[in-house]
Amino acid sequence: MATTSLRTIGRSVCRVSRRGFSTSCDDKLVQPSSKSTNLYSAINQALHIALETDPRAYVFGEDVGFGGVFRCTTGLADRFGKSRVFNTPLCEQGIIGFGIGLAAMGNRAVAEIQFADYIYPAFDQIVNEAAKFRYRSGNQFNCGGLTIRAPYGAVGHGGHYHSQSPEAFFCHVPGIKVVIPRSPQQAKGLLLSCIRDPNPVVFFEPKWLYRLAVEEVPEYDYMLPLSEAEVIREGSDITLVGWGAQLSVMEQACLDAEKEGISCELIDLKTLIPWDKETIESSVRKTGRLLISHEAPVTGGFGAEISASIVERCFLRLEAPVARVCGLDTPFPLVFEPFYMPTKNKILDAIKSTINY
Amino acid sequence: MAVFMRKSSKVINHLKSKMGLLGVINLLSPSTLFHHQELSVAAPIARTLRNPDADLSIKATLFSSQRFKSTKADKHLNSLNDADDNKILDFPGGKVSFTPEMRFISESPEERTRCYRVLDDEGQLIIGSNVIQVGEELAVKMYTGMIMLQTMDTLFYEAQRQGRISFYLTTIGEEAINIATAAALTIDDCVFPQYREPGVLLWRGFTLQEFANQCFGNKADYGKGRQMPIHYGSNKHNYFTVSSTIATQIPHAVGAAYSLKMDRKRACAVTYFGDGGTSEGDFHAALNFAAVMEAPVIFICRNNGWAISTPTSDQFRSDGVVVRGRAYGVRSIRVDGNDALAIYSAVEAAREMAISEHRPILIEALTYRVGHHSTSDDSTKYRPADEIEWWKLARDPVTRFRKWIESNGWWSSEAESSFRSSMREKLLHAIQVAEKVEKPPVADMFTDVYDLTPSNLHEQEKLLKETIRRHPQDYPSDVPA
Repeated sequence: MATTSLRTIGRSVCRVSRRGFSTSCDDKLVQPSSKSTNLYSAINQALHIALETDPRAYVFGEDVGFGGVFRCTTGLADRFGKSRVFNTPLCEQGIIGFGIGLAAMGNRAVAEIQFADYIYPAFDQIVNEAAKFRYRSGNQFNCGGLTIRAPYGAVGHGGHYHSQSPEAFFCHVPGIKVVIPRSPQQAKGLLLSCIRDPNPVVFFEPKWLYRLAVEEVPEYDYMLPLSEAEVIREGSDITLVGWGAQLSVMEQACLDAEKEGISCELIDLKTLIPWDKETIESSVRKTGRLLISHEAPVTGGFGAEISASIVERCFLRLEAPVARVCGLDTPFPLVFEPFYMPTKNKILDAIKSTINY
Repeated sequence: MAVFMRKSSKVINHLKSKMGLLGVINLLSPSTLFHHQELSVAAPIARTLRNPDADLSIKATLFSSQRFKSTKADKHLNSLNDADDNKILDFPGGKVSFTPEMRFISESPEERTRCYRVLDDEGQLIIGSNVIQVGEELAVKMYTGMIMLQTMDTLFYEAQRQGRISFYLTTIGEEAINIATAAALTIDDCVFPQYREPGVLLWRGFTLQEFANQCFGNKADYGKGRQMPIHYGSNKHNYFTVSSTIATQIPHAVGAAYSLKMDRKRACAVTYFGDGGTSEGDFHAALNFAAVMEAPVIFICRNNGWAISTPTSDQFRSDGVVVRGRAYGVRSIRVDGNDALAIYSAVEAAREMAISEHRPILIEALTYRVGHHSTSDDSTKYRPADEIEWWKLARDPVTRFRKWIESNGWWSSEAESSFRSSMREKLLHAIQVAEKVEKPPVADMFTDVYDLTPSNLHEQEKLLKETIRRHPQDYPSDVPA
C-alpha cells in the first residue's frame, strides 16, 4: 500500500469542468486560491460549499455534528446550525429513509453512512426506494437530491468491518449512480457534482486517503463531470482501469513497468454507474490489452462487468485475456490483509503476463 | 338524536373524569362547517405529580410551542422532598429516582389502552363525547366518498376476475379510515400511503378515470404503465406513489415532515401502514427519528387484524400498536377505525399538534379487513367465513356513518340508490374508456431511470427495437413499439 503522499496523482493531466463546459490544460493548473489539502478537508470544503450555495441542503448521519469520525463534517454545524447539520440516531435504514423523504421534497440531502461496511441495513431503501423513486412514479416524484457518502476500503488494520468495498452491489441497481474519487482535488469536484446531480448518488470515499493524500485543491466552488472516465497516464501497450485508492497502487506498477519498457495507460473510471464505456473502449482499441484492479473480491466484482463489456466490444482487437487483479474471495482479513490486497507487484506480474501472453 | 356538547366547562369537567391523552377540544358553533376548523383550546390542566408511580399521561397542549421533553420529569423530581435527594441521581439522559424495590415493568398493562369512539354501532353520538362537529355538507361529502370507494372496489375487483386488469386490492371495511382521515387533512399535507388508502387520493380529487388508467397501465397512467394496478401516485394531489414494499414509506414521511418544518409550512406529513407494517424495521426507525427530529408527521396504523394470513397474535405481543408510541417518545392514541367521526376528530387534533408543536403523533385505528388481502388471496382459507360476514354486516363503518347522517336528516335511501347507481355507471364508463386507451410506448421503459437517459440505455433500446422487428410475435400487440 502507498505510504507516501499522493501529490503525483492528478498532477499531470488536469481537467476542471465547471457547470457543463470543460477546459483541459497542459500545464499544472495554478490558481491563486489553491491550497495543499488532504482528502477529508477537501470533502469538508465541498460540504461547506454545498450548504452555503443551497439553503435547502442538509448534512446528517451518525456523529456528524461534532465533525464526524473522519472529520469530514468539521465546522458545518457551527456554521450552518444544528437544524441543517445534525446527528441522527444509530440506524442506517432510518438515515437513508429519512434522507429519501427530505430529497423527495426538493432538498439536497447529504447522508453519511459511517463506514461502507454498515450500509447494508439501508440497502432496501437504496435499491427499492431511492433507485426507483422517479421511475415508478412516472417522473412525478424523484429523490435526486439524495447523496449518500460512505468511507470505504482498506485502511491497514480495519478487518472485516472497517475495510469493505461494497461498490459492486450498488452497480447492479439501475436508478442510482456510484462515484468514487481518487484524490482530494477529484473528491471535492466530484462530490459537488454528486450533490447537485438530480439523481440519487452513492459516493464512496477511500478512507485510506483521508489524511494520507495531499494535493493542491482549489478553494473555490468547482464541479467535475460524472460518467466521464479520465486517462490519468497515457500509454500504448496496456490499459489499466481502476478507481479510488487503488489507482495510486496501479500508478506505482505503471512506473515499474515503464522501467522494463512497458508503456501503460492508466484510467480512473470515477463513476462506476453509469460508466464511461467509450473512453475505456477507445483506450483498449489503442493498446489491445486490459487490466482491471479493485480491492473488492474478484468474483462478481465490478471488474467483471468492465471485462465482459470490453470483450463484447473489442474481442478481435484484444491481444490477451482481460486481467483482473483484485481482492480475494474471503471476508476482509486482519492479519492477512497484506496477502489479500491487490498489491503493486501482483499488478506488475499481471501486466507482464498479459504483455507476454 | 345527535347530541352536541356546547359548553366548554362541561367538556372540561367531563374530560377530567375520562382518560386524558386527548386535548380538551371545544365543540364549535354550527357556522363553521368545513374541515379547516380552528380549534379553540382550554388551557392545559396542570396536574400535580405527587405520586412517582403515576402514569405520566398528559393533556395535549394544542397551541403550546413548548418542547415536550424530560423537563416534565425534571419538574416532577424537583417537587419531591429535597431530603430524599440521595435517592436521585444524574445519568446521561436525565435524573432518575432510585428504588430498593426490584420491580419489573409488566409486559402487558392491567388494562388495554382505551379506544376513542364517539358513534355507537347504531350511528348515535355517544353522550359525553368530545368530538369535532361535522356539519351536513362535510358529512355528506364523507359519506358519498365512502360509497365511491365501495363502488370502485366492487367494480375493479370484478374487472380483475374477468381478466381485464391483472391485479387489485380492496379497502372493504376500512372506508372510514380512508375518507375520514383524508377529510381532516388539507391538500398541503403530504401523504405517504402503503397501498390500502386509495380513498385518500379519491378524497383529494383523483378521478375515476385516473384510477382506471393506472389499473389498466395505459398511456394516460401517470406512472407510465410501469407498476402493477393500485400503485397510484399523484404529485398534484400530494400523494406519493405507492410501492409494494411494506413500511418503507414511513421514514420517508419523517424526512418530508422535517422539510415542511424547516420550510415553515403550515402542513404535516401523513403516512399509513397496517398492523403487519409495524413489525418492519423501517417503522421503528421512523418513529424514533420523528421523535428526535421533532418532525410534524402523523403515523396512521390501520390495525385491521391481518397481514395477509397472519393474525395480529402472530405479529406482535404488545397491546397492539398504540403502546409503541410511548416507547419512542411519540404521543399516541387508539381510535375506533370504523367510527368516521372519531377518526376525523383524532386526525384533526393530531394535525394541529403535529404542526404547532413540531411533534409526531401515532394513531392506531382499530378495524377489520373485510376483503381478502388482494385478488391473489382467498382469506376463507385461514379465517372463518362467518367471521368475515359478521364484520361485513354488523360492524360496517359505512352503514354506521349512514345511520348517523340519516338520523340528522341529511341522507335517505333514495339518495343512496341514486348515488350508487350513478357512481356505478360513471365507473363502468371510465373502465371501458381506460381499457381502450393504448398502452404507453416501449420507449417509456427506458426513460426516468435517471433524469436523462444514459448511453447504455440508448444502446439497449436500439437493440430491443431490432429484436422486436425481427420477432414481433414475441411481443404484445397493444404496446406500441
